[in-house]
Amino acid sequence: MNVWGVSTRDGVRLVRAGLIAAGAELAGLALMATAAWLLLKAAEQPPLASLTVAIVAVRTLALVRGGLRYAERLAGHEVVLRYLGALRTRVYTSLLPHRVSHHSGGDLVTRLVSDVDAVQDAILRCLLPAGVAALVGVVSTTFALIVSPAAGLVLALGLGVAGIALPWVCVRITRVAAEKSAPARADLAERSVELITGRRELIAYGVHESTVDAAHTAVDALAARDRSTANRSSLLTAAGMLVQLLTCVTIALTAGVSAPLTAALALGALTVFELVLPLTAAAQRWVEVRASAGRVRALLTEAPPTRGTAVPEPGHLRLEGVGVRFPGRAPALDGVDLDLPPGKRIGIVGPSGAGKTTLLGVLLGSVVPTSGRVLLNGRPLDEYDPALLPTVVSGALADAHVFHTTVRENLRLAKPGATDAELLAACETAGFDLPLDREVGSDGDTVSGGQRQRLVLARAVLAAPPVLVLDEPVEGLDPEHGDAVLSDVLAAARGTVVLVTHRESQVAGFDAVLRLGDQSDTP
Amino acid sequence: MPPLPGLRRHFGVLAVLGTLTAVAILVQADGLATLLTGGGVTWTLAAAIAARALLAGVQGSVGGRFAATVKAGLRKRLLGADAENPGEVATLVTKGIDAGDAYLTGYLPTLVMSAIVPVAVLVRLFTADLASALIITATLPLIPVFAILVGKHTQAKTAKQWQLLSKLGGHFLDVVRGLGTLKVFGRAEAQAKTVRAMADAHTDATMRTLRVAFLSALVLELVATLSVALVAVPIGFRLLEGGMVVHTAVLVLLLAPEAYLPLRAAGAKFHASAEGLATLKEALAVPTGEIARGTPVARHGAPRIVLEKVSVAYGDHLALSEVDMTIEAGEHVALVGPSGSGKSTLLAVLLGFVTPTSGRVLVDGVDLRELDPGSWRAWTAWVPQRPTLFTGTVEDNIAMGQAPDVRVAARAAAFDDVVRGLPDGYRTRIGELGAPLSAGQRQRLGLARALARTEAGLVLLDEPTARLDAGTEAAVLGATRALLTGRTAVLVAHRPAMAALAVRVLEVRDGAVRERELV
Repeated sequence: MNVWGVSTRDGVRLVRAGLIAAGAELAGLALMATAAWLLLKAAEQPPLASLTVAIVAVRTLALVRGGLRYAERLAGHEVVLRYLGALRTRVYTSLLPHRVSHHSGGDLVTRLVSDVDAVQDAILRCLLPAGVAALVGVVSTTFALIVSPAAGLVLALGLGVAGIALPWVCVRITRVAAEKSAPARADLAERSVELITGRRELIAYGVHESTVDAAHTAVDALAARDRSTANRSSLLTAAGMLVQLLTCVTIALTAGVSAPLTAALALGALTVFELVLPLTAAAQRWVEVRASAGRVRALLTEAPPTRGTAVPEPGHLRLEGVGVRFPGRAPALDGVDLDLPPGKRIGIVGPSGAGKTTLLGVLLGSVVPTSGRVLLNGRPLDEYDPALLPTVVSGALADAHVFHTTVRENLRLAKPGATDAELLAACETAGFDLPLDREVGSDGDTVSGGQRQRLVLARAVLAAPPVLVLDEPVEGLDPEHGDAVLSDVLAAARGTVVLVTHRESQVAGFDAVLRLGDQSDTP
Repeated sequence: MPPLPGLRRHFGVLAVLGTLTAVAILVQADGLATLLTGGGVTWTLAAAIAARALLAGVQGSVGGRFAATVKAGLRKRLLGADAENPGEVATLVTKGIDAGDAYLTGYLPTLVMSAIVPVAVLVRLFTADLASALIITATLPLIPVFAILVGKHTQAKTAKQWQLLSKLGGHFLDVVRGLGTLKVFGRAEAQAKTVRAMADAHTDATMRTLRVAFLSALVLELVATLSVALVAVPIGFRLLEGGMVVHTAVLVLLLAPEAYLPLRAAGAKFHASAEGLATLKEALAVPTGEIARGTPVARHGAPRIVLEKVSVAYGDHLALSEVDMTIEAGEHVALVGPSGSGKSTLLAVLLGFVTPTSGRVLVDGVDLRELDPGSWRAWTAWVPQRPTLFTGTVEDNIAMGQAPDVRVAARAAAFDDVVRGLPDGYRTRIGELGAPLSAGQRQRLGLARALARTEAGLVLLDEPTARLDAGTEAAVLGATRALLTGRTAVLVAHRPAMAALAVRVLEVRDGAVRERELV
């Protein structure tokens, strides 16, 4: 179980929430049963004294039920939110030892985050209600068995069908539906990106309508599948209601006890089902969240890669015949030699797809070469503690993230505890001129693309690592301004610089230029 | 936001089903009261039970089918979207829209039920027992009243907390997204504590909001259960005194909770369906571009294009301001200038994707707005900055639905070398999941596409050599030269080599265009 990191406190909180919920439901159940007993008993016109307890019970149960429902909802949400906080930390920590390439990519990240959130639904909408229904079901069945064995058996049978068989069938139906609609979904995913990205081209070439029609076929296929699933699951809803009412009627006919007790049993049974019937819908949700939970579990149980422990010192970096090959693809890098003694400035040029960014990844230790060696002061790079490598190599990458906070906090990542004067100096060097207190929005979406780029650059300037790597640092700025910013940044850099660019003019004064070729592009 | 299509009709169907269900509930309660007071199972009870099961099934099926239709409609709408963030729209099309189910199949039917069933139950109660009916009539309105009061209170409170909540809630996504950057600066491990702290802060803030938000649920539950007690106890006393028929008493006890049940269900489902509703709104808000029609153009040769005081405004931002320019038939013009200065907008105007806010574009003396956009575009060959690869073969990608000589076009675009290197030649599948093409290869595929349109008289190129290395640039330039021959052309150029293909260079700066001396 403890893949999930459920602490004793979480367990206690969960059980408490479940008990409160079960208490609320039992109070509601008892309210209906007692009220039914009270009315039919009163009709027999016994002395008032024999009814007093029931009267008090009805009033108390009504209050208790409302209060407990409120407490239960709060307790349920609290247990889930607290646990989710811990789970997020665990997921985050389990990502740490892996290479960046393992968890990068927008879709992967969004999916991971929504997977973790889905665990909330698994607990709040599936596990907790199922647990509560089971507890209330067992308690009420036991009570019914004591009062009237026949009624107890009927109730057990009805609850078994509605609480176990129907949800099970629902899981089956949902799973089959998901499997059958998967190809249509994949098709649609592919087509929709094309249709939206290439919309104007499709219109310009007069094929928009026919392409849209093809995508509509996939949409219609999906809708047809949805309709048939809706028909099947509505059968389950009808079946659930039938079981509820038939159980109530059968209990009334077979209980074989006094009229007040029979009424109490029959109406009590009617009420238990209000709790059990929603489990069928919960089963549907369960199928969806199980896939998410499975992915989170896989991440949590994955063995972390072995990590070096040596403490890196600034010095001499060397690449010897480094190659990187991703499975099933042409090599991203092949036989690259690179010598980076302290203070050397080297430019890396080449067309996109030539492996420039991959090469920077190798230098930063985030991409492992599949052949050749990377050495820092004569020792292989992977013998060093990866968490400490940034003290030697760091900089501004093409996919640098800007955090949803202030300019100041974004900059301080590079140098915690930097004074405002230091921050401002770095901003000036990078030509970034927004105030330090400015909120930059989610991934910098409230500042312009050019400002965002310069903010990323200012961060690299502030970090001032012994080996500074820059990946197309002024791409997107207009050429004259970009060149001016870059020359300021280069003037401020004191150590080794590795600059990736597609413009040769930017690496004019460099000690060396490494040209990475796109094999298939050379005529 | 336009309303959901077919919603009105669906409400009608739900209302009919709701009314029938209400009748079935009344008949069933009557039958159960008879059964519990020793009257046995009546035919009406059996019929009511069958009807309720049937109606529940029909309602589920109708709801599910309506949801499927709505979702299909929204998906189709999104597929025609003119959106800037294709990734987000694609997620919405494939998965996001399904979140609407909670609202469409969960909340909507219960909402309709909660408007019909309580009324029907009250009417029946008034004919059965006036005192009980009055108690329920008095308490029922408390639920919406309290819900509104609590809602108002929470709204003020949540408005203040919303920003905090969304920031705290989004923190995890933010750090996971930025984990690569954190690692580059060696700050990843230090953030683990912050993740926990932010999550705890989020929990605390959320719990504070929920404590108030759930008050409306508390009121709902209390009113519902207390009314049952309020109704049952006096009836008990009246039965004791012999002042009431026991059948009526049981009927009242059975009906009282039914009056509150739909409201409770709607309240519970509202919470869960909020996300779905937000998704539906989002899908309805995505702009879809209209594709206009006009007089078909008789196509021949290279056009002469005149822009007269053309301005384009996006809200407050003036992308083009009173641009006057004439491009003679067969002339090649280069546009230069910093990014964001309006060059791409100018091409979009010429393609008819953007209609000028004021001023007009004349093609051989005819206003562009009067031409049929389809046939006008068939007359142009456009190569965007980054041509899109569509799922299909290389051949399909060059032909784009026509039947041109693909090989001739590929050769002219210097793309045939690339094709030779592909595993299945012209039949190699490319696109999202197909063989990868480099930026230069993609660019040349775009040129081949344009070259395949032999009938085109106007060529529009948007920085075809941006982000290419020198070797590839030379190949692309050669192909471009072939494309320009005998045609009117507008080239957006960043690099001097590209601009050199033109006879005239125009500089675009802050939406204004002026002639630049050729150096």
